[in-house]
Amino acid sequence: MKRKVLFSMKSPYREQLDVIGFRFGHGKKSAAIVGAMRGNEVQQMYVCSRMVQELKKLEAKGRIAEDCEIMVIPCVNYYSMNIGKRFWAMDNTDINRMFPGYDQGETTQRIADGLFSKIQGYEYGIQLASFYQPGNFLPHVKMMDTGFTNSDLMKDFGLEYGIIRKPRPYDTTTLNYNWQIWETKAFSVYANATDVIDENAADEAVYAILRFLDKQGIITANTPPAYVTKLIDESKTKQIRSEAAGVFKSLISIGKRVERGNVLGIISDPFDGEVVSEIRSMVSGTIYFEYCTPLINSNTVCFKIIK
Amino acid sequence: MITMIETIATASLAVNENLNIQKQRIANGKSRKRLSLVTGTHGDELEGQYLAYMIGSYLNENIGHLDGIVDIYPALNPMGIDSITRGVPMFDLDMNRVFPGSKDGTMIEMICASIVDDIAGSDVCVDIHSSNIFLKEIPQIRMSVPTAPALLPYAKMMNVDFVWIHESATVLESTLAHTLNTRGTKTLVVEMGVGMRITKEYCRQLFDGILNLMKELGMWSGETATVREPIVSEGREVGFVNSDAAGIFVPCADFGDTVNEGDHIGDVVDPLTSNVVEKVEAVCSGMIFTLREYPVVYGGSLLARILQPSEGGAEE
Repeated sequence: MKRKVLFSMKSPYREQLDVIGFRFGHGKKSAAIVGAMRGNEVQQMYVCSRMVQELKKLEAKGRIAEDCEIMVIPCVNYYSMNIGKRFWAMDNTDINRMFPGYDQGETTQRIADGLFSKIQGYEYGIQLASFYQPGNFLPHVKMMDTGFTNSDLMKDFGLEYGIIRKPRPYDTTTLNYNWQIWETKAFSVYANATDVIDENAADEAVYAILRFLDKQGIITANTPPAYVTKLIDESKTKQIRSEAAGVFKSLISIGKRVERGNVLGIISDPFDGEVVSEIRSMVSGTIYFEYCTPLINSNTVCFKIIK
Repeated sequence: MITMIETIATASLAVNENLNIQKQRIANGKSRKRLSLVTGTHGDELEGQYLAYMIGSYLNENIGHLDGIVDIYPALNPMGIDSITRGVPMFDLDMNRVFPGSKDGTMIEMICASIVDDIAGSDVCVDIHSSNIFLKEIPQIRMSVPTAPALLPYAKMMNVDFVWIHESATVLESTLAHTLNTRGTKTLVVEMGVGMRITKEYCRQLFDGILNLMKELGMWSGETATVREPIVSEGREVGFVNSDAAGIFVPCADFGDTVNEGDHIGDVVDPLTSNVVEKVEAVCSGMIFTLREYPVVYGGSLLARILQPSEGGAEE
């Protein structure tokens, strides 16, 4: 293992920002794994740190294939993490909306460029991703449909679901999209939590990534039995939104199968406690996202269901 | 004559409050010509707040000269303005990356869709922005190359100093202006001043421009001022001056100055070591139309934008 500074940025008042990468094996750029790009992505950083541990052991046992190099970057934006902010501390811009980056551009464009220039050219790219709303996800893998997409590869992670997403205009500046445009087969792995550590989901994400690398012949690893991954078009999943506002209580947990008409949660008046809305499923399927904050506004996605 | 406040979108917040998007409609005469003035998409941009007040109060006082409808939307992101937050506070989302929104979408998507539906059909929409807290801008209108043929004649009526025609970018397809222009409502994006402040002279300048636009649209028979001819960026390059060092930026050139390539326009200094860490020079000759206002900089922070002269070198 080699610990390398991939990119540095001077600050006027803080220690220099050093984006650190851990390199395993030698030779062909086989896989790059990127963790936290936002200051609240603690679980994403944690999963990467666990990957570093696993790959260290595999490397010591000679289980990284010849002519294969793996790069793990646990955290890009620890500046924001250390001061409890989500986006870039100075100007609140999102590094994951700055790709492919620009070395003569603004600060976060330069960070994106510094990172992208080091993780470009890998055959596979894996990003530990988070969702903008507070909530828990069933661990799953996602790919953007850019035309350079072999969705069957998602099955090699052995997670329960693989989701294909049609990119929207605002997706075109994300790492995942740009990796694909530059011909890296890119995946987003969702490991349930964001700003807290969920050990079980982290285990599942680590095993899934190891399983994927093993299937591609990059490492040799023993992993627990996998799911037969079901591939789904994101547009075919059902979002259930709140019809009222107040105090939210979920009555179900992610991964559970529900039938059309089942009550998934309730919203009560924040002052007098009266139930103001029952959230019912409009379809039968499996819950793969659940809102997890006590207060909820109207028209907020509180559950996502795979039909 | 009608002056009324309308709520065009509403959503329930968690605890005993609604998020309301409101507009003032000022209408007079028989004409159905409609001008929409929108602002407050970014909660840290306040120049449009004063301009909305100026236009509304003047029209109400001189309503007899109006023949048509003026809709004023002062706060598309009211919670952002109220909490000094650029994006939508609960989500840290840039509202101007959510359009056109969706009637069946999340709270913000639903609100964006309602805003678009309400404005669409206006003869002209003016979307007023004021940069951000970091940069100060001379009054200007920005448009993409594909929209320029339709928008430039209207932009020239607006009494701005500068019209910047830029290449279109896919990510900008999520803006209000792109959405409305795509739906056939001519929408001009104004940038002027600086975030979190009101620059009265710029608001006055745009005020004159809006009355002139209304006159040209046949909606206004009252007095108007002579408007200035803007510099148009067509055929010119824009030079970007970005900091390479981290520290405190202290400019020595002024906003609106014409500079030569290599001219000293400021320094980045280090308050701890008392050293100049970067001598900032003009990357090209031309007029400074953007200048950094907020002093703390990182490598990459934008310090200035310079509009190069047209071919032949002479300034208009």
